[in-house]
Amino acid sequence: MIAAFIALFRRDLMLGARIGGGAGVGLVFFLMLVTIMPFAVGPDMALLARIGPAILWVAALLATLIGLDRLFQADDEDGSLDLLRMSPLPLPLVVLAKGLAHWISTGLPLALAAPFLGLLLALEPKALLAVTGTLLVGTPALTFIGAIGAALTSGMRRGGLILSVLVMPLMIPVLIFGISATSAALSGTIPFMTPFSVLIALALFALVSGTVAATLAIQNAEG
Amino acid sequence: MMRLVIDGLASIRSGRPVFSGLGLVLEAGEALAIMGPNGAGKSSLLRIVAGLLPASEGRIQLEGGEADTPLAEEAHYLGHRDALKPSLTPLETLGFWQSLLGRPLETPQKALERVGLGHTANLPSAYLSAGQRRRLALARLLIAHRPLWLLDEPTSALDAASEVMFNGLVVAHLASGGMVMAATHAPLGFACRTFTLGGRS
Repeated sequence: MIAAFIALFRRDLMLGARIGGGAGVGLVFFLMLVTIMPFAVGPDMALLARIGPAILWVAALLATLIGLDRLFQADDEDGSLDLLRMSPLPLPLVVLAKGLAHWISTGLPLALAAPFLGLLLALEPKALLAVTGTLLVGTPALTFIGAIGAALTSGMRRGGLILSVLVMPLMIPVLIFGISATSAALSGTIPFMTPFSVLIALALFALVSGTVAATLAIQNAEG
Repeated sequence: MMRLVIDGLASIRSGRPVFSGLGLVLEAGEALAIMGPNGAGKSSLLRIVAGLLPASEGRIQLEGGEADTPLAEEAHYLGHRDALKPSLTPLETLGFWQSLLGRPLETPQKALERVGLGHTANLPSAYLSAGQRRRLALARLLIAHRPLWLLDEPTSALDAASEVMFNGLVVAHLASGGMVMAATHAPLGFACRTFTLGGRS
C-alpha cells in the first residue's frame, strides 16, 4: 500500500513538472500580483512594508485557487479516476497523495518565493521570516480546503469559478491567522506562537477534513 | 473455480430505469458479449460491476475469489477513455499502474511488446495515434493480475491486425481461468456467449 501511495505521489509530481502540468501557473500569477502592487500603491516604503505581509498572503491565496480545479478534473476527464477508485489504494489515501503532490508542486513554491518577493515590498528581515513561516504552514491548509471544492466540481467543464466561490469563505480563517501571526512577530503585542499554533491546528484540521470530504465527494459523484 | 453471479440487478439513472431484474452467471474461462442498442445500459452494467456506479437493487458476487478482496480489486476496467496522460511515456504509464494496482504479471516492456508498442516505449503518449493509445490501454490489462476483465467497446479504434492481437490476449486470459465481460456492437473475434440488453421499448 505504501508503494502504491508513493507511485501515485510520484506520478502527480512528474505530471506537474512536465509541459502542460501547470505547476508554474500559480507561481507566475503570484509573482505578477506581488510585483504590480508597488506600482499601484506608490513609492511609500513605510506603507508597503506595513501591508506587505497581507499582499503576500492574499496573492498566495489567489494563486492557490488557480490550478486547483485541475486537481481531480484531469483524472476525471481521461478516465484515470475510475481506475484510481478501483485500485487497492483506499480512496482517502488517493486523495491525500494527490493533495500532497499538488501542494509540493504549487503551494510550496509560493512559500519559498515569498522571501524574495518580500524584498520588493520593503519587508524587514523579521517580517520576511514570519511570512515565509506562516505560508509554509498555511499553504497546505489552503490546498486541502481547496481539494474539497476540486472534488465537488471535478465533473464540471468550467468548475474553477464555482470552486473559488465554494472554498474562498473556508479559507478566510487561514488568512486571518496567517496574517495575525505575521503581525504578532513584528509588533510583539501578543506572542507569535499564539496565532501560529492556531494556524498549525487549521492546517492539520484541513489535512484530515479536506481528505475525508473530498473522498466523499468523489465517491458520490455519480449516482 | 471462480464464477461471477449477478442476481436481480437493477439500475436507475436520473430517475429513469435503465434495466431491472438482470441476472447472469459467468464461469471461469468464459467470455460474455453484452449487446444491445445505444442507451440500453451496457456501459452502466459494466460500471456497476466495477463498483463505479451504485446499483439500485440486486447483488453481484464473485464466488471462489479471495473473501476479503472487493470485486473492484478483482477486475480490470477498460472504459471508453484510455486513462493516459499525454506527457508520460508508455513505459512510465504502465510502470505507474503496475505499482498502484499490485499483483504484477508482465513487466511493462514485455506488455508493450505484446500489444505491438515496443518501439514507442519512451515516446510521450501525446504522439500516439488513437489506435496506439487504445493498444496502450489494453497493455494495462497485462501488467497486473485481475481475473475479471470488464471491457467497454474494446476494439474501437483498433485496426484489423490489432484486433487479431486483442483476440489473442483475451483467449490467453480465458485459458488461464479468467473471465471477460465486453460491451460491444461489432461481433467479437473469440468464442463467447451473448447477452442482449433490451433498451427502450
